[in-house]
Amino acid sequence: MLIINCPICGPRPEIEFRYGGEAHVARPAGTETLDDQTVADRLYMRTNPKGLHFERWRHAHGCGKYFNAVRDTVSDFFVTTYKAGEPKPDVAALLKDQAR
Amino acid sequence: MSAPFRLPAGGRIDRSKPLSFSFDGKSYPGFAGDTLASALIASGVHLMGRSFKYHRPRGFLTAGPDEPNALVGVGASDDRYTPNLRAPVVELHDGLVAESQNRWPSLSFDVGAINDVLLGRFIPAGFYYKTFMWPKSFWKSVYEPKIRAAAGLGRPPKDPDSARYTQVYHHTDILVIGTGPAGLAAALAAAKSGLRVLVCDEQPEFGGSLLHDLSSSIDGKTPAQFVADAVADLARQPNVTLLTRTTAFGYTPHNMIGLIERVTDHIAHADPKLPRERMWHVRAGEVVLATGAIERPLVFPENDRPGVMLADAARAYANRWAAKPGSRAVVATADDGAYRAALDLKAAGVEIALIADMRANPTGALVAQARAAGIRVETGSVVTGTRGRLRVKTAHVARLDANGNAGAPEPFACDLVLMSGGWTPTVHLFSQSRGKLRWDEALGAYVPGTSAERERSAGGCRGVYDLQAVLADGTAAGEDAVRAAKGMPGPSRGFMVTGSPATSGGYLGAVPHDRNPATVKAFVDFQNDVTAKDLKLATREGMRSIEHVKRYTTTGMATDQGKTSNMNALGIVSDSLKTPIPQIGLTTFRMPYTPVTFGAFAGASRGDLFDPVRRTPAHDWAVAEGATFEPVGQWKRAWWFPKAGEDMHAAVDREVKAIRTSVGLFDASTLGKIEVVGPDAAKFMELMYTNAWAKLGVGRCRYGVMLREDGFVMDDGVIGRIADDRFHVTTTTGGAPRVLAHMEDYLQTEFPHLDVWLTSITEQWAVIAVQGPKAREVIAPLVDGVDLSTAAFPHMSVRECKVCGVPARLFRVSFTGELGFEINVPADYGRAVWEAVHASGKPFGITPYGTEAMHVARAEKGYIIVGQETDGTATPDDVGLGWAIGKTKPDFVGKRALARPSMANADRKQLVGLLTKDPKTTLEEGAQIVADAHVEMPARMIGHVTSSYQSPTLGRSIAMAMVKGGRARIGSSLFVPMPDGVIEATVVEPIFYDKEGARLDA
Repeated sequence: MLIINCPICGPRPEIEFRYGGEAHVARPAGTETLDDQTVADRLYMRTNPKGLHFERWRHAHGCGKYFNAVRDTVSDFFVTTYKAGEPKPDVAALLKDQAR
Repeated sequence: MSAPFRLPAGGRIDRSKPLSFSFDGKSYPGFAGDTLASALIASGVHLMGRSFKYHRPRGFLTAGPDEPNALVGVGASDDRYTPNLRAPVVELHDGLVAESQNRWPSLSFDVGAINDVLLGRFIPAGFYYKTFMWPKSFWKSVYEPKIRAAAGLGRPPKDPDSARYTQVYHHTDILVIGTGPAGLAAALAAAKSGLRVLVCDEQPEFGGSLLHDLSSSIDGKTPAQFVADAVADLARQPNVTLLTRTTAFGYTPHNMIGLIERVTDHIAHADPKLPRERMWHVRAGEVVLATGAIERPLVFPENDRPGVMLADAARAYANRWAAKPGSRAVVATADDGAYRAALDLKAAGVEIALIADMRANPTGALVAQARAAGIRVETGSVVTGTRGRLRVKTAHVARLDANGNAGAPEPFACDLVLMSGGWTPTVHLFSQSRGKLRWDEALGAYVPGTSAERERSAGGCRGVYDLQAVLADGTAAGEDAVRAAKGMPGPSRGFMVTGSPATSGGYLGAVPHDRNPATVKAFVDFQNDVTAKDLKLATREGMRSIEHVKRYTTTGMATDQGKTSNMNALGIVSDSLKTPIPQIGLTTFRMPYTPVTFGAFAGASRGDLFDPVRRTPAHDWAVAEGATFEPVGQWKRAWWFPKAGEDMHAAVDREVKAIRTSVGLFDASTLGKIEVVGPDAAKFMELMYTNAWAKLGVGRCRYGVMLREDGFVMDDGVIGRIADDRFHVTTTTGGAPRVLAHMEDYLQTEFPHLDVWLTSITEQWAVIAVQGPKAREVIAPLVDGVDLSTAAFPHMSVRECKVCGVPARLFRVSFTGELGFEINVPADYGRAVWEAVHASGKPFGITPYGTEAMHVARAEKGYIIVGQETDGTATPDDVGLGWAIGKTKPDFVGKRALARPSMANADRKQLVGLLTKDPKTTLEEGAQIVADAHVEMPARMIGHVTSSYQSPTLGRSIAMAMVKGGRARIGSSLFVPMPDGVIEATVVEPIFYDKEGARLDA
């Protein structure tokens, strides 16, 4: 069972968390400005990468906070976690860190 | 009673504690310390079961958890019966009852053995896919039941398991798995650091292979004495926890290891306070894997007869349990280890007919020792077959010529054939941890390569076999674990080993023979009856990946997961495809390492404790009134309140009529409730619900519709504004956690600038619904400080007040279409207020009603239930809630999605009412709807029934349905095909009663 590092509470076992889908997906608001295809893409299309994945988690049985994480979908292991609203971490730097 | 093959002295059994047990109804003697296998072998019993496919007689192959053949059912009664236990690891206790499996009518005469002689050629590799495929209908009715009856494992017990199981969570700095020489050395090294160390072993005592080693000497001590001293040393240290009878069965990420401790199975009369098994969830900082190695069989023809066993297993039976496995043995080997077994067995009084060594020129020290002891050694020789029906009687030994072909065989009389194809490191846990295995050509084995977790392997499980090296390896691993855990290893300790010569050898694949390859059976996977021939057939038929070969032949797919067979299978496939083993791959190791009971996984989560039950404050009152209950999520809700002689229909009929004509009382406490508070509460509500909230006055309520971002209805409920900055939100009973999570999500991530707090108040408020024309008169005497008149307190209002002197939130709302109130009081007062309302309603004949009457009453009014009328693909307009969308609002969750063209298609499924031609016919909920009375297959379905009841108010059936372009079909007929005929129904507006809503203000 994975240990996930909640940015608020620290490392906690996986069962305390709930997955929340891909991170950094812009909310499809704005009736006039967005065309239908863009709205559909934001609603339904996800990157589903093999490798590093930016995703949302919630510490559902802890502080209740949603946060973002980078997880390697091949190894299942988390590379890093960070608070919601913080910018996307630098993937190249993460990969270098991981190799170390 | 005496056991004829019990050695007069020696072994680790306690001869002062004799005991008796039964196998297949016959009584046998044994001693404390015996296993079921060792006691039976001491009694000369080797016939243990019939094989899976061919029903061939089978005996013991091994002396440990890798046993594929000797599977037994153990337990005197069905509530304590466990099938498919491996006899070599079943500890004996007085009165143990065991039986063999997969035989009929008896173990020594089995009708199914005809599969071996006559039908064998019809059940080759892949027979599941070939033989029984036609006609298709025969699979379920004929083939499958027959195959299941004939081929199989044990029987499942008929009674519920009466044993108790518990679970433990444990944290440790270092976990050592396995306590053979490597594990003990690692534990000793780790313990000195003072870190928390947990040591486990699947056997009843620590020591592993040292327990049957009589010839080595460690630091001048016998192996047994060395083990005893080491265990005593470890037991003295407060930072060390020792667990015997505890199997590490699963390795999950971040060093979470599952252990299963067998607490009482070995005790005849266990303390009832103790559980049968205890599952340990261990989170370890560092792990040392010292899981040893498994001896490989040699794949020669008829290598499966009772009396044919692994060489080191026979040695263990003699040395550890003083059970002589036979009188005269032929030893077939490709490894030095078998010489040690031959020497020990000779010392135990077993005549060694000869050692047939495949190798042309074996040179190890043990070979010389065997020759010096007068044992006949034939090099470049193989066993090419055996004879004997229920026990091996003869082994045929042939020489290999220069090309490796077997010559003419010579028969040797024997009752024991020992075989050794070398050792396979037990890398199961390492592989489960997702470590990468590495093929070691010199060893001829897969060994741990790159780690994925904080672990290291030591000793046999990484191909280190010589005792001196194993002890050093274990010490190094223990010290490495200490350093990795940031501890201080103590001074390093060396071990002085004598009497344990180095060994070499090993063989993978099928042994050459001179027999007809089309008919002869040389077994690779004993439990699933897979032969060398089957594997070769699979490669001929095009299988290339070992994963395909495995599934096609079922090799390695039995309950032993191929512990003794996988490497030989790889060797055969490699030879057959002329491809090196590392290019063929390796099947994945899955947990559990050995079978684990379902009971241990369930732990205490059985019966009443399986899932939490949520009860409302008035629950016990409803029980006393004789209510029937239905589960709604974890809640128990009163379903209906039958009076004497009433069935469900009569009770619901009466309850609905009471609501319509007088007054009903309903427990709505399970409604989800969330308090939305803060300066920006109204702004937040504007975004979360489709409706407009900013202008909703304090003390007023509104029906709210919540969408997901994709525009589909997610939840609904009545929401009251308690203050400018405070909303009392209700949700569906099942939707409360989902809605709160949804709100939190948006508040935290999309709208963090809003100053709002969300609190679940579901369990804080009990909700008592009083519905019906007399509702006001019932509650009026109980309510303080609220003018209940329609003018002062109209429909969809809320007041904070006191009811029965208790602080309350009083809602004027209705889910029945009648005048109605919902009294919210703190849950602790729920029962008292409930009873007060009931007493106050007595003069009006107040009638408690359940969820069924609630459903019927709301359906008569066409009120939807989210999750019943909707299924996650319904827009507000689809279910007639278009009016609830605040069209002028700049934004709300789902707004943009609703503007997509597909959301406005004319043939979307829309909510309609259905009235059957025959008012007595009630449609089935979930039934499919078609447009044409003459249904042609495949029918084109245009919708489905979502709610359907007999309406007591209308005296006829009513139904709601989602139908493509439904609103345009109002007035026309649709058809519901059912098994006994097509039902015609007219499409109507989905409101059946009081369309004007006049009764709300009665």
